[in-house]
Amino acid sequence: MMATIEKPLTGNVLPDGTPLDLRGYEQAGGYQAIRRVLSGGMTPKAVTELVKNANLRGRGGAGFQTGLKWSFVPTGPDVPNPTYLVVNADEMEPGTFKDRFLMERNPHQLIEGAITAGFAIEADIAFMFLRGEYALAAERLSRAIAEAYERHYLGKNILGSGYSMELYLHLSGGRYICGDETGLLNALEGKRANPRAKPPFPVVVGLFGKPTVVNNVETICCVPHIINHGAEWFHGLSKTKDGGTKLYGVSGKVKRPGLWELPMGTTVREILEEHAGGMRDGLKFRGLLPGGSSTPFIVEEHLDTPMDFTEMPKAGSRLGTGTMIVLDDQTCPVGMAWNMTKFFARESCGFCTPCWSGLGWAERILRSIEDGQGKPGDLDKLAFQAKMWSPGNTFCALAPGAADPLETSMKYFRADFERHISEQRCPWR
Amino acid sequence: MLTVEEISEIEAEGAHYPKRDALCIDALKIVQRHRGWVSDESVRDIAEHLGMSATDVDSVATFYNLIFRKPVGRHVIMVCDSVSCWIMGHERMREHLHERLGIKYGETTRDDRFTLLPIVCLGCCDHAPAMMVDSDLHSDLDPQKIDAELERYK
Repeated sequence: MMATIEKPLTGNVLPDGTPLDLRGYEQAGGYQAIRRVLSGGMTPKAVTELVKNANLRGRGGAGFQTGLKWSFVPTGPDVPNPTYLVVNADEMEPGTFKDRFLMERNPHQLIEGAITAGFAIEADIAFMFLRGEYALAAERLSRAIAEAYERHYLGKNILGSGYSMELYLHLSGGRYICGDETGLLNALEGKRANPRAKPPFPVVVGLFGKPTVVNNVETICCVPHIINHGAEWFHGLSKTKDGGTKLYGVSGKVKRPGLWELPMGTTVREILEEHAGGMRDGLKFRGLLPGGSSTPFIVEEHLDTPMDFTEMPKAGSRLGTGTMIVLDDQTCPVGMAWNMTKFFARESCGFCTPCWSGLGWAERILRSIEDGQGKPGDLDKLAFQAKMWSPGNTFCALAPGAADPLETSMKYFRADFERHISEQRCPWR
Repeated sequence: MLTVEEISEIEAEGAHYPKRDALCIDALKIVQRHRGWVSDESVRDIAEHLGMSATDVDSVATFYNLIFRKPVGRHVIMVCDSVSCWIMGHERMREHLHERLGIKYGETTRDDRFTLLPIVCLGCCDHAPAMMVDSDLHSDLDPQKIDAELERYK
C-alpha cells in the first residue's frame, strides 16, 4: 500500500498498459471520495476549503491555486444556471505526455475527480474537452463514463445524495489554441477557438456565458486523493511548499526517456540524471525546456533547482507542464528554435497582430539563418519581435510562450546563432 | 443533403448544448466520419440544418485542422513535427515518407491510399519519433518500422 500512497496518481496503474477498470479502481479505494462527500460528510465549501489548504496548484502549467479558483464561482440560489465544470484534456504542448497516460491508464480516477470538483463548485454539467487525436483515451474514457453512469456515480441524484451532474466527453476538431481556457470555451460553443479578453474571467462568465471552472486533467486527478487523505498528507508528498506529487517527463536524447510521478519539488538534476539516466553515451547536455516548449531554457548551472511553481522562476524559467525537453550537443539550437517558432506560427489563431504577423516573420528569419542565409541584424530583429510578444500585447499566452524559448535560446546559445550567420551555414548539417 | 443517420447523430449531440450553432463542430465531424471529408455542399447542408450561414460554418471548418475541406485518401498519416520528435529524427522520417509515397505534406497518393499531413505533438515524446495512421498511434519510428506499419493499411 505504501507505493500507492507515495504515488497516488499512478501507483495503481497496471504495468501491462491496460486501463484500470471499474472493479479494479473500486478495489483500490476508488469512488470512496465521492461516497464520503456525497453522503453528507462535506459541504461544497468544505471541499473547496480542503483543496485550498492542500495548496493544489494547476497542473496545466499556469499553477493557479485550484481551491482559490473554485472559491470565485458564484454559488447559492440566485446564480445563473447552469454552472459548468470543464476538464481541459486538450494536451498539446510540445514535449508533454502526462495527461494521456492518466486518461488511458486510470480513466475512473479522472471521472471521480471531476465529480468531486463538480460538487465543490455546484456544477450541473461537466465537459471533458479531449483532443481529437487521443483516440485510445477517448475510447477508454467513453467506456468508463458509461460504467460510472451505470453505478449512479453520474447523472441525476448521484448515489441518492440529491446532487446531480451530467458528464459529456467532447472530442476537439484540432488546433493547439484550444488548450487556452477561453479558446477552449469558444471551441465548445462551436466557434473558432479565438481566446477571449479577460476579465470577465470564466469562473463568472464562461461557457455560454455561465460560471465555468476549467481545470487540467492532472489537477482534477489529485482531488479524490486529497479528500481521502487530507491536506496535511498532500503537503507531505511534496518537497516544497506547492503540495502533492507531480508527473515529470523527459524527452530528447537521454538514456531512458520517460514519465515518473515524484514528489513536487524534485530537482531537475535528479529527474534528468537518476530517472532519465542522463545523456546518451557520447552526447553532452546543453540545456533543457523544463515544462514544454513554452517555457524558457535552463542550463547546467540551474540543474539543482527544485521543479515546482515557486522555485523555477528563480532560475528564469517556469515549471510549465513538468515534462522537460533536453537539448544535446549534436542537435542544433538554431534548428530547435526554428522548429518551435514554426510550430507557434502555424498554431496562432490569427487574432492578435503581434502573434500572427510577428511569429511568421520570426519563423522566416530563423529558417534563413538555418539555411545559411542569415544577415547581420537578424538577431536584433528576432529580439525585437520576441519583445513584441510580451504578455499584455496579445489576448492569450501563445505568443509570450513562443518568446520564452526563443529569447533564452539566443541568450544561452548566442555564439551558435552568430556562427550560423558568419559562416553562412548550419554547423550541424 | 444530410442523411437521416447523419441528422440523428447530430441531434443526439445537440442535447448537450443550449444553442444550435454550438453543434457546428460536431456536425462537421459527423459528416466527415461518414463521407471522409467536408465538401462545399456539406457546408451548406450543415448551415441550413443548424440555422447558420454557410460562411459561418466554413469559417469554423477551416479553423480546425482535423476537419478536412479537401478529399483525403483512405488512410490519413499524421506525422508529429513538434520539438521532441524533431530532436529524435522527424526530418528523416518525413523525407522517408516523401520518398516512399511520392507525396509531400498536404498531398494524397494517386491511388487514394494515403494522405500525408504534419500534426502537433502527439504526446508520445518518450517514444519519439511518432505518427498516427487514422486513429492508431505508431511510435519509436525508423524508416524500416514505417514501411512495416504502412503495409497494414490497404
